[in-house]
Amino acid sequence: MEAIAFYLFAVLTVAMFSYTVMSSQALYALSSMAAGMIMISAFFFLLNADFLGVVQIIVYTGAVMALYAFGMMFFDTTRAVKEHNTSKVIVLTLSVLATLLVITIFTMPIAAENISAAFPEPAGVENPKAVGIVLFTKYLVPFEVAAVMLLVAMIAGIVMAGKKMDRSLTKMKEEEIAMMHQEETQKKVTL
Amino acid sequence: MDTAFIIETLVKIVVVLLVFSALAGFGTYFERKVLAFMQRRLGPMHVGPYGLLQIAADGIKLFTKEDIVPSGVVGPIFKIAPVITAATAFMAAAAIPFLPEFTIFGYTVHPIIADVNIGILYILGVMAIGLYGPLLGGMASNNKWSLISAARGAAIFISYEVVTGLALLVPLMIIGSLSLLDFNEYQAANGWMAFAHPMGFISFILFWIAAFAETGRTPFHLVANDHEVIDGFGTEYSGMRWGLFFIGEYANMFFISFVMAIVFLGGFGDGTVMGALGLLLKVAFFFFFFLWTRAAWPDVRPDQLMWLCWKVLMPLAVINVVVTGIVMMF
Repeated sequence: MEAIAFYLFAVLTVAMFSYTVMSSQALYALSSMAAGMIMISAFFFLLNADFLGVVQIIVYTGAVMALYAFGMMFFDTTRAVKEHNTSKVIVLTLSVLATLLVITIFTMPIAAENISAAFPEPAGVENPKAVGIVLFTKYLVPFEVAAVMLLVAMIAGIVMAGKKMDRSLTKMKEEEIAMMHQEETQKKVTL
Repeated sequence: MDTAFIIETLVKIVVVLLVFSALAGFGTYFERKVLAFMQRRLGPMHVGPYGLLQIAADGIKLFTKEDIVPSGVVGPIFKIAPVITAATAFMAAAAIPFLPEFTIFGYTVHPIIADVNIGILYILGVMAIGLYGPLLGGMASNNKWSLISAARGAAIFISYEVVTGLALLVPLMIIGSLSLLDFNEYQAANGWMAFAHPMGFISFILFWIAAFAETGRTPFHLVANDHEVIDGFGTEYSGMRWGLFFIGEYANMFFISFVMAIVFLGGFGDGTVMGALGLLLKVAFFFFFFLWTRAAWPDVRPDQLMWLCWKVLMPLAVINVVVTGIVMMF
């Protein structure tokens, strides 16, 4: 049963992501990548890591891919994208290196026999709790550093997006808007 | 795996699908009737007694209408978008206990399709994917109004998901479990979450407000642009594909009502017949409240909606979580 599910989702995941790379249609690439992210969560469920599986769906499909979609709203997504491959040498080197890396990662557990779980799941504890225990004991420092990084990114985002947030065009009168435009054009002239 | 278990699960899936697809149809009837009575009209009256067969007429119309795929759209994505909306709405139902467990012909039935230990998180995750229906539909439609409304809908959805998540954190912290059955048991012993703890009440109100944005109901109904006199991301859709968006929306309303009733208002309580009836009554009230609000309130402006989310609800929800943490520590 588990083997069937594993191979099914493995094939689906690989198919989805290769379609993301191969397709020249931006909307197809986006949808297949979102679907692939959901397929990956199946492996977490198969490994009894329910919590991480759902977090994978929420974070990658629900948030990251949705932001990609936002970015794509500025293109015409109904047309195929023309790609320029300037150097075939670079493409070849990168793909060979990536393949080597993947092969090394996958053969490691076969080559080295003394690999075991550093933090095996404590018995009698539910999966979300086990994740929490590891996160707030062994990995507390990386966890907090990641939180600080996200905070920095959030503040940077607010600063960059919120330059004229104190003014609202809907609340201003027509003359005030005209004044604002005039001031801005004058500024450009003096510069 | 046990054969009886597989058969039971399949039967439950079919029952949930049939019941809630039918309820989506009845939902449209109730909506038209409730809106009509609140506006001193009669609503649908001509097809069948009190217009009850209007649902069948609508169904026949939707199913037999020509399925138009306009030229210039991205075909496969355009076709799959409504399916995503409907499918994710029903997938969320897998972790919801609809009734207390009961015995029929000597066989104990658990009216929950999959009792996973991360129930509420799973529901949130699947509802988050529901965003892709309107989003992909709008992007594939090759229509600028569809695209704009899809962008607006997605922005609202993502923003209010923050509020939903933070509001749910408070009951999660108090109960210490993600399973909806544990929520129910805790509340059967300690009283309803919304009234036993002041923080629970605040998060209940926050979740309730966010539920309107999550389902795209009227005060926050900006996915379809009434002021642009078109149906938002659904503009290019016709027939049953448009109907699937509708079924998804109504199923979502029912399921989020169930989630609210179970997480904040005690669910089915001790599991007696009265408890089960109580749960259905609570769900009916929440559903009625969706319609009531639609009759009573106009849509808000998008910038007002974002202001409400990021400057009022989100800070409130964060403070609420912090206060809960402090109270639980001491």
